[in-house]
Amino acid sequence: MNIKKLLLRNETALIIAIVVLSLVIGIKSPEFFTLANLFDIFRSSFVQLIFALGVLIVIISGGIDISFPAVGIFAGYTAVVLMQRFEWNPENLLLPIALAIIIGIILGAINSIAIATFGIPTLIATLGTSGIFRGLMLTFIGSSFISDIPVALDKFATADLLKIQPEEGTLARLHILIIPVAILAIFVSLLLTRTMFGRSVYALGGGVEATRRLGISVKRTQAKIYMLVGGLSGFAGILYVSLQRKANPYDLAGSELDIIAAVVLGGASIMGGYGTVFGTVLGVLLISLIKGNLILLGVSGSWQRAAVGALLLIGITVQALNESKKAKNRRVSTSDEVGE
Amino acid sequence: MSTLLTAEYGVKDIVKSFGGAKALSGVSISVKSGEVHCIAGENGSGKSTLIKIMSGIHAPDRGLIRLGDKSFTKLSPREAVHEGVQVIFQDFSLLPNMTVAENIAMPTYILNNSRILSKKQTKEIASNALDLIGVDIDINTPVADISIASKQLIAIARATNLGVKMLFMDEPTTALTRKEIKRLFEVVEQIKARGVATVFVSHKIDEIQEICNTITILRNGEVVGDGLMKDFNRKTISQAMTGLDVSESRIAPKLEKTTKKVVEIKNFTTKPTFSNISFSIAPGEILGMTGLLGSGRTELAEAIFGQYPVDSGEIIVDGRPIQLNSSSKALKAGIGYVPPDRLTQGLFLEQSILNNLVSVGIDQYQSTGGRLSKTRLIEAGQHWIKDLRIKTNNPQNPVTSLSGGNQQRVVLAKWLAMNPHLMILNGPTVGVDIGSKREILKIIRDRAEEGMAFLVVSDDIPELVQICHRVIVIKNGHISKEFSEAQLDEKTLYEELS
Repeated sequence: MNIKKLLLRNETALIIAIVVLSLVIGIKSPEFFTLANLFDIFRSSFVQLIFALGVLIVIISGGIDISFPAVGIFAGYTAVVLMQRFEWNPENLLLPIALAIIIGIILGAINSIAIATFGIPTLIATLGTSGIFRGLMLTFIGSSFISDIPVALDKFATADLLKIQPEEGTLARLHILIIPVAILAIFVSLLLTRTMFGRSVYALGGGVEATRRLGISVKRTQAKIYMLVGGLSGFAGILYVSLQRKANPYDLAGSELDIIAAVVLGGASIMGGYGTVFGTVLGVLLISLIKGNLILLGVSGSWQRAAVGALLLIGITVQALNESKKAKNRRVSTSDEVGE
Repeated sequence: MSTLLTAEYGVKDIVKSFGGAKALSGVSISVKSGEVHCIAGENGSGKSTLIKIMSGIHAPDRGLIRLGDKSFTKLSPREAVHEGVQVIFQDFSLLPNMTVAENIAMPTYILNNSRILSKKQTKEIASNALDLIGVDIDINTPVADISIASKQLIAIARATNLGVKMLFMDEPTTALTRKEIKRLFEVVEQIKARGVATVFVSHKIDEIQEICNTITILRNGEVVGDGLMKDFNRKTISQAMTGLDVSESRIAPKLEKTTKKVVEIKNFTTKPTFSNISFSIAPGEILGMTGLLGSGRTELAEAIFGQYPVDSGEIIVDGRPIQLNSSSKALKAGIGYVPPDRLTQGLFLEQSILNNLVSVGIDQYQSTGGRLSKTRLIEAGQHWIKDLRIKTNNPQNPVTSLSGGNQQRVVLAKWLAMNPHLMILNGPTVGVDIGSKREILKIIRDRAEEGMAFLVVSDDIPELVQICHRVIVIKNGHISKEFSEAQLDEKTLYEELS
């Protein structure tokens, strides 16, 4: 790959944006450049990234899922409620995580039925199920805040891989989640680039009819996608509960903006067919950086949502402009071929 | 190999209905390996239904599908591929977001039920497939960035890579220029030599005569003629397809001698696309314009309509010089333009036929206060449906419900309703069947007779000879030759082009 192509890549632009923003914040407030702050940005990115990996898969396939926060909190909260009711209190995390993932997959299956079986447009389908999931949870599972979550989950909130005490300032803690999340990101990346399922996801985003004619089952692929996203959201949901050390059924509402913005800024095309895990990782880091540190620039917290919303629109506009520029170039070079 | 050489592929007594309407009633077709067979027929004759049955998309109501020594009452898409049936659809069904290599290799992986892909293997499969048909295309390029002609070749490489025994090509030449078609035919000859039974679906009679050994002609879901290609000629094929006596003699109306000019183009130049283009068109004159891929003819046509920038030069409409930098100015000056790609540029596909018909010049239908008069809209729409013989039982149906030829007539009607002084038609009969083509050419002739001037941009040489008073040939952005009415002749035009 030549230099020019490398510079034009979305990932390069994102890295530049992250570096510039860091410098601007760092110059204004020196406490930005501490290890503790870096680890904090990571910590706030873990759950976001797991959600984002799911959303990335859906967006590449040409769909959208806005029910993932509902699925996440449903799975996390329900797992905690189930464990309390049946007085399961194991030492390790396996049970709550398995429970949450299974619940997530079941909810994802409901999305799959709406989308693959009934052919409802993905935005509307997941908007509808999002409401259903939250409503069912509040009605049948519970609507109260749970602060005494199972011990294993509670302990995990402070499971650090590294603790570094600088000579002065706060203790820097790197959470152990960095390892499983990194492995998960690599796994999703391999899944998308090296497996038939992954390529089918890209194929769907490139063209539904062409995919069908290749002999790939569109419905089966869609069903797998939404169940996979459900499972990932369940996993993210239980980790969210663990890191927060409480289970609040009203949480995560509104987080779809941050995560979809991160994925789109990461270069995934909202029209489907394009997107990478690396771009998504950078997108998530950028959003976490903005949400956590804009305040150091003297920007009030209430502006954060506006900033993220603006970034989402900028990301999509850049995509649209690139696309129309490409189309124009193609037209000039080959316009005599069209339909003759 | 010996069994492959004698194998026969096709269908026997196939019947297929869609909700009461019979698409195929007892159709039988047989193609031998190593043979190029033509299926000819108008839109709606059942060609596409037949392809869909052979590729497993539709199940027939009755009849048999025969593939070598195996018979099937129906196929699934997977079975069809397993049995070696491949279809190259008109849109090629390629994935624009993936590389050439992946597009070619995907079906192989699917066929082998592979779950894991290797980049190395993908590239190997693709290079081999392209080598096999003797084509050199960079396999790492995304398909979105390559030309239509290359896409066609990639679709062939992909299809022939899979141990294909029967290959359908649906209107493969529609989007290609003469030179590219020649290249395509070379590839088809290679496939043929490898013992593939190839089925060529096309409207273009001179092409099927060139490439096909045998032919089946369909009309209204029935076989109305089949046999060796050499036993048929242009006229007999047209007659069988349409059920009408179609003549292809010249139909251009007699042109009154006049010094009046509707449009005068002087030294149009936009480097490097075209330069020093000058010509004029008289009232009632039909001027033809043709040229190869990249010759600049489409850009030139768009420039006259104000959609392509002109660096220098002058355009005089009805004696007055005008500034052309937007299509709305061209419209105001009385210039209309029907683009080649009617599906994306000329029609609002989801809108009703009626709305499409009246969408240009909608101002005419205003009543007091700027409201649109519904009765006047409907009257105008019905006038055009009748005048251009658009086949529909309900003008409120969406345009997508019409056949290609009828859609093209809607586009024409829409622009004719403006009563332009000069009508530019780019590829007016691309993708329409013979019957519709004849109707469309007749519409052009009738309007020219009433004094409307036409500029017809086309690849279809017989069509140009049939309808035009004069033809100019564009080469490398220049007018290379002008043919007067007396000089118009298919052979010399082809020679000038190639």
